[in-house]
Amino acid sequence: MLVKVAINGEKHEAEVEPRLLLVHLIRENLRLTGTHIGCDTSHCGACTVLLDGRPVKSCTIFAVQAHGREITTVEGLEQDGKLHPLQEGFMAEHGLQCGYCTPGMLMTSVAFLQKNPRPTEDEIRRAISGNLCRCTGYVNIVKAIQHAAAKLQGGA
Amino acid sequence: MALRTSPEVGGMGHSIKRKEDPRFIRGKGTYVDDVVLPGMLYLDIVRSPFAHAKIKKIDISKATAIPGVLAVITGQDLAKYNLHWMPTLMSDTQMVLPVEKVMYQAQEVAGVLATSRYAAADGVAAVEVEYEPLPVVVDPKKALEPGAPVLRTDKKDKKDNHIWHWEWGNKAETDRVFSEADVTVKQDIYLPRIHVASIETCGCVAHFDKVQDKLTVWMTTQAPHAIRTVFALVAGHVGLEEHKIRIISPDIGGGFGGKVPVYPGYVIAVAASVLTGKPVKWIEDRMENLQADSFARDYHITAELAAKKDGTLTALRIKTLADHGYTDAAANPSKFPAGLFHVCTGSYDLKAAHVEVDGVYTNKPPGGIAYRCSFRVTEAVHTIERMVDIMAHQLGTDPAEFRMKNFIKPEQFPYKSALGWEYDSGNYAGALRMAMERIGYADLRREQAEKRKRGELMGVGISSFTEIVGAGPSKHFDILGLKMFDSCEIRIHPTGKAIARFGTKSQGQGHETTYAQILAEELGIPAKDIKVEEGDTDTAPYGLGTYASRSTPVAGAAAAMASRKIQDKARKIAAYLLEAAPEDLVWEPGKFSVKGAPNRSKTIQEIAFAAYTNHPQGMEAGLEAVSYYDPPNLTYPFGSYICVVDIDKGTGEVKVRRFVAIDDCGNIINPMIVQGQVHGGLTMGLAPALFEEISYDEIGNIQGGSFIDYLVPTAVETPKWETGHTVTPSPHHPLGAKGVGESATVGAPAAIANAVVDALWHLGVRHVDIPITPPKVWRLLREKGVTE
Repeated sequence: MLVKVAINGEKHEAEVEPRLLLVHLIRENLRLTGTHIGCDTSHCGACTVLLDGRPVKSCTIFAVQAHGREITTVEGLEQDGKLHPLQEGFMAEHGLQCGYCTPGMLMTSVAFLQKNPRPTEDEIRRAISGNLCRCTGYVNIVKAIQHAAAKLQGGA
Repeated sequence: MALRTSPEVGGMGHSIKRKEDPRFIRGKGTYVDDVVLPGMLYLDIVRSPFAHAKIKKIDISKATAIPGVLAVITGQDLAKYNLHWMPTLMSDTQMVLPVEKVMYQAQEVAGVLATSRYAAADGVAAVEVEYEPLPVVVDPKKALEPGAPVLRTDKKDKKDNHIWHWEWGNKAETDRVFSEADVTVKQDIYLPRIHVASIETCGCVAHFDKVQDKLTVWMTTQAPHAIRTVFALVAGHVGLEEHKIRIISPDIGGGFGGKVPVYPGYVIAVAASVLTGKPVKWIEDRMENLQADSFARDYHITAELAAKKDGTLTALRIKTLADHGYTDAAANPSKFPAGLFHVCTGSYDLKAAHVEVDGVYTNKPPGGIAYRCSFRVTEAVHTIERMVDIMAHQLGTDPAEFRMKNFIKPEQFPYKSALGWEYDSGNYAGALRMAMERIGYADLRREQAEKRKRGELMGVGISSFTEIVGAGPSKHFDILGLKMFDSCEIRIHPTGKAIARFGTKSQGQGHETTYAQILAEELGIPAKDIKVEEGDTDTAPYGLGTYASRSTPVAGAAAAMASRKIQDKARKIAAYLLEAAPEDLVWEPGKFSVKGAPNRSKTIQEIAFAAYTNHPQGMEAGLEAVSYYDPPNLTYPFGSYICVVDIDKGTGEVKVRRFVAIDDCGNIINPMIVQGQVHGGLTMGLAPALFEEISYDEIGNIQGGSFIDYLVPTAVETPKWETGHTVTPSPHHPLGAKGVGESATVGAPAAIANAVVDALWHLGVRHVDIPITPPKVWRLLREKGVTE
């Protein structure tokens, strides 16, 4: 089947099997390998991308379901050489270690801060509860998201 | 520790930002599944639904008829090359693919090779295997009973399921001290199977290039050099000699011990690539990872602790059954079948101790790897910390006061433990005192007393652990004969920048940053000017890899020693340039100056340039050094953790309200990274304390084989960790550092378990095995007649 998507603002089309998972379209057909795979039951969130601005777990969606829609991956966060405030926050607050869960965490957080620009710590923890991290213990991820929220509020 | 360098240089003690992060936050890391080669094939694996069964027939015809499926590899195929079995790190044997029978559920039965991931999965579904189920042995106690089915029928003389007996310490003396004790306590403690569950699973891309006659394997491994040697030892007879093998460990998405072993999937992928001449990728999925990769723990412990009336601890006696699954594939130093379990006297000054461990075969996957822990140290710490708490409660003494009384005192270091270890340094009371102050211990005890009157359940738990890490001195520590040194090779470029390569391999610990900081400290070259590389056996010096918190104690020390060799040569070059005697020069990080004439100086960058452009006659050009560091002793990080829990009487849920962790890892390289390591370690301590367990039903079906029921904590269950540190340098490490990656995983579970029992002791509860799940607590409360 022919699937047409806009990914990080660029149009792509690919001939795919109907059962091809979106994460494989992104990683293997389009070679954007920042989106990772960590489980097969939608629990870990390493594969989180934005589909029309909403976070989805791309291991649990068929590529054909994304037909005609806009996808944003971690590679699309940096704009004109300027990092997204969340990317800066994760670096500044040591919100990552092995880096494997990081792209999914970032994408979940991007959508979350758009919906809830001034979150409480508890709201942040709930928002990222669909993304597992085995390295950081989450404390610094929460700080990274707070860091970005403050920066986005400041209009930077 | 006073800072010796400026923030711009970024030596030890500076929280410089990580060099790894710019690629990771952009999604530009290179993990093994990101490696794609032209013409690459995909391997997927057929797995056994039975825990013990004869393989009667494997029919591959339907699988090979699927478009894209090229071949199905079975044990019979590998047997032609004598590759169907492989040795384990503990000199046992493990099947790559079975010929006669399977020994655990999810065991590899055949490999399907196809042109795409999806075709390979179709092939797996189409392979038809006829099994004849055999009696299953799940319980290690039953495995030792007379008449139990003998599992390892491949071993001709094997008449039972007992693997080995190991004991340590003075039995007669321990028994004597016990016979004279005023008080003794005894407790069965089970530490269940758990799985490291790094978010990246395991996998590889194996590429045998027939023209170059060279095998390159990109592989999720924590120990690339050791893997290369193991591959050469296993497959040298079919032409894969060590110089023809290159192991590349790319970015690793978490290791924690799970990426130390050689799993059958790796070997099948290598065999498939050698046979086809094409690159072969094998990436396990999460269920395969949880069900078939090596497990940690599974220790059935019976512990006894003896004390005098006045509360002085005197002796410890432990017997343990170690469930190793169907083979002993533990990742231990070869001389220590129970790892470093005999550090179990912990932080306490005991007169005598004796430990016995018996390894047992069962129908489960191979166990005995670490869960972010140095060779069974968590098992040791959990046992002694639980026992000390039980004794304190039994004697009616406050657990903090009881610990203070029995700690090894600062003036006793170096301290020889009853089981023969020489602890390098410590100040255990200092760390506990700081933790008590931070958490407000006295107030918590008052609150607990008040709540108890109202029938509310609140507990305070302490764990004052001592770790043993940094394996290890070559006299005692080797893996398959390879001594457990580690290495650093430094090359200073003419312009004063540097590259340093190591025998270790970071999996998130931040080595690219912290190793650069060690060089910055020792040479004064800014950390930003130093490139650190690891994980490529064609370029890095030989080393044993990263696990057991050994990177800083061993490779970090190698970095200091190699730097000092460079400094020695730099001194001679500086002396030549300054026309002074080498001994008249004074070093401060980054430059040599003439004693009494500080204006006459040469920077390390000027010296580096001269090393290639204007070096003294008779001296070799260049500025390079390599060090293979053989540590004189292990290091003994320690800490005191205090945890407050509230228990819901209606649901049995345990909530960690507060958790204060005071760690002492000696001198600190990067405080930000150390704190991050402690945060992560605490979360991997919380996980088995409250959530994670892999169990089996009576016919060997795995329970907890996916993230649906193997509960890795999310941000919601994880408390806001409160951390701090004391600094007691290691006297023998060149930087005074000890290692920190695993302290919190080792220390935290006992603090949580002790807090739960502390909340329930007055009801008559003496012990709860981890994980302390709501149903377990709910049942206990009902047994004790507590209702909401």
